[in-house]
Amino acid sequence: MMETIQTTTIDVAVIGAGAAGLSAAAVTAAAGRSTVVIDREGMTGGILRQCIHNGFGLRYFKEELTGPEFAQRMFVKARDAGARFQLDATVTELKKLEDGKLQLQVLSAKDGVQLIEARAVVLAMGCRERNRGNIATPGTRPAGVFTAGSAQKLLNIEGRLPGTSAVIVGSGDIGLIMARRLRWSGIEVKAVVEIMPYPSGLTRNIVQCLHDFNIPLWLEHSVVRIYGKDRVEGVDVAPLVNGMPDMEKKFHIDCDTLLFSVGLIPENELAVNAGVQLNPATGGAMVDANYETNVPGIFSAGNVLHVHDLVDFVAEEAARAAAMVLKRLDGEDAAATTQPATAGANLKYVVPNSFFPGRRTVFSFRPLIVTDNGLLTATLGGKEIWRKRVPFVRPAEMLTAELDGALLTGDGELVFKLEKEASHD
Amino acid sequence: MIYDVAIVGAGVSGAATAWQLSHYDVKTILLEKNADVGMGISKANSGIVHGGFHHPASTLKAKLEIRGNLMFERLQHELDFPFKRTGILVAAFSEDEMPTIRKLYEQGLANGVHTLEMCGRERMLRLEPKLNPDVVGGFYAPGGGTVEPYRYVFSLVESATLNGVNLLCNWRLIKGFHDGDHWHLCSEDGGEIEARYVVNAAGLYADDVSRVCGGEIFHIHPRKGEEYLLDRSSAARPEHVIFPVPSAHSKGVLVIPTAEGTTMIGPTADPVEDKTDTETTANHLQRIMVLVRNMITGISQRDLITSFAGLRPVLDTEDFYIAPSEKAPCFIQVAGIQSPGLTASPAIGEYVKDLLKEQGLCLMEKSRFTYELRPHRHARSETPESLQRLHAENPAWTHIVCRCEKISEAEIVEAVRKGHTTLDGVKFYTRAGMGRCQGGFCSAKIMKIISRESGIPLEELTKRGGKSRLLAGKLGELEVKA
Repeated sequence: MMETIQTTTIDVAVIGAGAAGLSAAAVTAAAGRSTVVIDREGMTGGILRQCIHNGFGLRYFKEELTGPEFAQRMFVKARDAGARFQLDATVTELKKLEDGKLQLQVLSAKDGVQLIEARAVVLAMGCRERNRGNIATPGTRPAGVFTAGSAQKLLNIEGRLPGTSAVIVGSGDIGLIMARRLRWSGIEVKAVVEIMPYPSGLTRNIVQCLHDFNIPLWLEHSVVRIYGKDRVEGVDVAPLVNGMPDMEKKFHIDCDTLLFSVGLIPENELAVNAGVQLNPATGGAMVDANYETNVPGIFSAGNVLHVHDLVDFVAEEAARAAAMVLKRLDGEDAAATTQPATAGANLKYVVPNSFFPGRRTVFSFRPLIVTDNGLLTATLGGKEIWRKRVPFVRPAEMLTAELDGALLTGDGELVFKLEKEASHD
Repeated sequence: MIYDVAIVGAGVSGAATAWQLSHYDVKTILLEKNADVGMGISKANSGIVHGGFHHPASTLKAKLEIRGNLMFERLQHELDFPFKRTGILVAAFSEDEMPTIRKLYEQGLANGVHTLEMCGRERMLRLEPKLNPDVVGGFYAPGGGTVEPYRYVFSLVESATLNGVNLLCNWRLIKGFHDGDHWHLCSEDGGEIEARYVVNAAGLYADDVSRVCGGEIFHIHPRKGEEYLLDRSSAARPEHVIFPVPSAHSKGVLVIPTAEGTTMIGPTADPVEDKTDTETTANHLQRIMVLVRNMITGISQRDLITSFAGLRPVLDTEDFYIAPSEKAPCFIQVAGIQSPGLTASPAIGEYVKDLLKEQGLCLMEKSRFTYELRPHRHARSETPESLQRLHAENPAWTHIVCRCEKISEAEIVEAVRKGHTTLDGVKFYTRAGMGRCQGGFCSAKIMKIISRESGIPLEELTKRGGKSRLLAGKLGELEVKA
């Protein structure tokens, strides 16, 4: 009857139909594993759907695409490989059953409450945006305060104007893209205000979205007060000295809209409730070189694992993770021994957090410094085993290292560090 | 028509009075200047049901606080709002504070609160293992608790209107006069309400309402309290409400496990000039963090999801002023309802009802009164089986709109159909948008549902009524400069 709760069994359940989820599903479905992709929205593509600008796919598809185009290609790959999709559906619970299977509780208007039992789960939920409340921006609480992504959705999906004149708080990529998008919609952009001494978004976005439109970027400045009782009426901006605002030098900007682009937080509540351990440095899961979490059978990839700079890397990482899912389904046990990999000097984190001796592994990092002359090194058990020159280091851009299996033999901890190389001129 | 009673202000005091009167055969109207009820002082406070020990027995505050506290179980049973008798711990962190603890304890006993317990360090830590181990002692008031104040006001008003009380929102009083027979109350936009009795429950503006109606001249001084909300995942959430040893002006900065599973820290207590000044400030956040970390060391700024500020309506006397006006006829003043006003509110309603009776209002109990509101159902608290049954009746029950708080489309539609047509109205009614993403993902979805159900175009929706428009128009309407 209508009131019974159906349970379906599947090899792989992928949570999230953005770039990571679609990429993982294409791999597992193509290998003949029954795969379902579950997403809250009515269409696949995740946040890419609202990213109507170009700049996607140069690495992955070798051509420049818009977000919806990239998403559509990923969808077609997954669909043609045989993945099934369950859309307008929310996973409300994920847990490990006694027999080792993973159970998802899914709610949707179409099917009500459903249970899915999967042999493997890929977490691909992406991120949420850090907001005004998270960073406790002082002032009033009027209408007209948006996260950059929610304003992007209002404009690009709903076709509505969030305001008429805006200040953008934070220089994350979505905020920069939105600066240009607002201008193209007839909305004045008064300033982008960033607390760090360098932008948090990609250099190309600084150039194409701010410089080309003469939008001022205030580095090492902070919004110290929001005005307006009903609707935003303006903000006070002050320079930061040793991280503290210098209120003597604050200045006022009139605007009716504030967009916050102050970082992304991996959306991992479902994972935590399933017992998945998180890495405080990323907000994503701790994973081994199989992209497997501490809960056997639960894998993680894409922005829910760590915030990426380019969607191309998201798709690649998820495909690597999915290949590991296949090995697991083929009966290959998790290798008995893993060795830890950690981030040393000037690196915010490393993903994955461990490796299997003798197996080729791709590591990703976020730098904490700005340099045009960097040196990335790896030591194993205290002995340097690998080094790479990195000519352009910005915290906004990820670094990666591919280490051959032959290098990864020996006892001890694998430590990566980043240094500014002494210049030779 | 001439109403028997017009209540000015639909906050806790006005709503509780309306609910009391709805039990009787009297025609009552509740007048509210905001777009929704409970959106003034009642919305932005700590949500504490106090334990009856902070105020001396000689005050009206103490009397009504103790009576009000005892009424919450019945109210929750009938009106279905989030309330938990979590218990209150007042914690001392130096021996110097212990005499004040002892004094409060004895004051509570003198007020007739017999359940208070003096506690040593070990007992305090046993009751609340998350307390800073530097605690030296304190006392335990098991009768204290927490309530979601806006949900409580919504429920009071829903029951009152179900039982015949009329409600008018967006109705701002500018003038009132008694023509020798009855009152004429005039609104900003030209409306007029006639009533035999007026109850002035106008919160921060009770002084203005009294003045424009020819009542007593007094002054309400706003005293601001900033509050900060932590995500429900915060590991620092205590089991009890944790109080410090109070000062002369304030019960202090608290750690509050809210009835809905989040943790709130605050409030500050600072006098301000402006009755609309609900700004939050960086200094106060830092002050609050220092004070609460002294009580529970694990509280982290990383768990912050939002902040807000509320204003207490303070009178020079510091006590409640609930009495018939000596200047204006048939006019009951309900002013200065600051802490413990929320706790006292059920008793305030009863007390005002009795004052009206003393003033000659004829109160005949209704032959048919609907006691219990239909329970509010929430997708988040249903079992999978019951949710599946709800889905069979209405598929919107399993369409989750607000992911962080797991609020279904059915709940949002219900809120809109009950007249909550602003984004804040829906938020406070359903919790949609109150979670960790603060509406980042769901605001647009909720706006579309409000627009669909209410017929208000998307571009005209507001955050909280008035000029708080959420959007500036349709894409393409602005001229693009080169």
